[in-house]
Amino acid sequence: MTALLVRRVIRLLVVCLGVSLVTFSILHASGDPVSLVMPEAPEADRVVLRQALGLDDPLAIQFLRFFGNVATGNFGNSFFHRTPALSLVLERMPTTLTLTMLAMALALAVAVPVGIYSAVRRNSLVDHVATVAVFLGQSMPVFWTGIMLILLFAVQWRLLPVSGWESWSAVVLPAITLGTFSAPLLLRIVRSSMLEVVNLDYVRTARAKGVSEWMVILRHALKNAALPLVTVAGLQFGLLLGGAVITESVFAVPGVGRLIVSSIRQLDFPVVQAAVFFLAMIIVGVNFVVDMLYIYLNPQIRVR
Amino acid sequence: MAVGTLPQESVGLAAAAPPARERSRAWKKLVRNPMALAGGVILLVVVGAALVAPWVAPHDPAKQSLIRRFSPPVWAAGGHSAHVLGTDQVGRDILSRIIHGARLSLLVGVSAVVVSLLLGVALGLLSGYVGGRVDTVIMTVVDVTLSFPQLLLALAFVAALGPSLVTIIVVLGLTGWERYARVVRAEVLALREKDFIEAARALGLGSTRTLVRHVLPNTFSSIIVLSTLQVAQAILQEAALSFLGVGSGRTYPTWGQMIALGRDFVTVAWWLPTFPGLAILMTVLAINLVGDRLRDALDPRIS
Repeated sequence: MTALLVRRVIRLLVVCLGVSLVTFSILHASGDPVSLVMPEAPEADRVVLRQALGLDDPLAIQFLRFFGNVATGNFGNSFFHRTPALSLVLERMPTTLTLTMLAMALALAVAVPVGIYSAVRRNSLVDHVATVAVFLGQSMPVFWTGIMLILLFAVQWRLLPVSGWESWSAVVLPAITLGTFSAPLLLRIVRSSMLEVVNLDYVRTARAKGVSEWMVILRHALKNAALPLVTVAGLQFGLLLGGAVITESVFAVPGVGRLIVSSIRQLDFPVVQAAVFFLAMIIVGVNFVVDMLYIYLNPQIRVR
Repeated sequence: MAVGTLPQESVGLAAAAPPARERSRAWKKLVRNPMALAGGVILLVVVGAALVAPWVAPHDPAKQSLIRRFSPPVWAAGGHSAHVLGTDQVGRDILSRIIHGARLSLLVGVSAVVVSLLLGVALGLLSGYVGGRVDTVIMTVVDVTLSFPQLLLALAFVAALGPSLVTIIVVLGLTGWERYARVVRAEVLALREKDFIEAARALGLGSTRTLVRHVLPNTFSSIIVLSTLQVAQAILQEAALSFLGVGSGRTYPTWGQMIALGRDFVTVAWWLPTFPGLAILMTVLAINLVGDRLRDALDPRIS
């Protein structure tokens, strides 16, 4: 068990190193960073800036310096706002996390009960409708879902605002949009993992003991179906953050996603790097926790 | 399309490939399924439209007309019979733009998947067959790739490298390979201990030959199923990139870019974002339906 933990922690550190290497290469993929900072400067000024920024050093040295800076949270100043890139990201983080959490909660609130029901009552009306909905949901571009919701709820029925984040009513549509993006896969996982356990011996034994049907499902079956759900919900987090970037753009939500898109348009790479790195770290963290949870929940691994 | 490559590739794979009879059985299962058939028909229509776009599109997709701006679809009040799905803010015909848009969507979708497939399958084979340090390194790279929101990474790199068709294809390909690597690796690990692989090795076949002629063909079913689903994903990703403004340029219409323009006029012209989105939905849905049934059809355990 301890050896396993140590190996996981080492892997975590190596992945962090890899993530910063990829983030580092974003700026260098853009060609000459100096021409981004001062596009019209004469060559003499460029040389000075290049030296000041350390862009003359070998790439390996530059990366080590970048890694050191990243470890202390220093991504440099935004080319556009002239303030530290990381604080721009951190200011907008709560908005994005709120949106993501709400969407995840909505998705789970729909996917878990419907998934359980369609697994237990296979081929029922609910099961068929759910299957069709899953296919449709997985084939819809998330930004289009958002615009269609705007058309219905904001333009046609005038129930909710078209965009923004100021009031609770403005939060509803973005959360639903992002929720429909993640619910189909979750529903699929709940349904298939429930299908796998509902006919196992121990579930049958519980039934034979005279435990009521829904009690059997909730107490005995669900416990084991939860394992794949935990893993997928963790992996979904990365997808959700990617979806949040688009959703925020559709609804003009002032979060990290919108910051990234506007920074990319302005070629403001320090902000892009800070945001990409920070989101990746959240995903790495969530996956690590999920990994640990998996080890804890799965008795087969725990014993070894 | 993917199915068509099967017979040709399996020539000479005596020991490994499932018998032809089984494959034709799978094909029959696929055709008999109404959902898969519907998906296949839609897909044929989309591919056909993409191929002959200049000849079937009623108008030039770039032709503007100031007097025909914001013309609604033909069945709505004020609709014009020349523009079945209406016109946009500069009077361009929406239907023609959707038909032309199919070209880029399919081109990017399929090409990006080819890039991921080549890279992912090669690395997956290597990882599973060689094992040891090679496996550790490749799987660490997979872990790193999985740590980023795929779309975000694509967005950042396409913007950094400068948006162009080739950049988008390569970047989407490079952000989508890890699924192939993982699937192929898992299959190779399971296959490695099988008797016929042992036999091939015992007969003195080199590693490369064993891998390519005997291990690889046995991963085809998984690769085909994965590829259909990946094409669907790549089309959605391309649309998202276009929507966010780092598409392959302004010259040729793409569905994502049409929706992005439609977002700005959502209060005055509902048809602008609606129809290109339906085009994406139908295409991706069709591919998903075919891919899903293909999985069932190729799985010998489901009869």
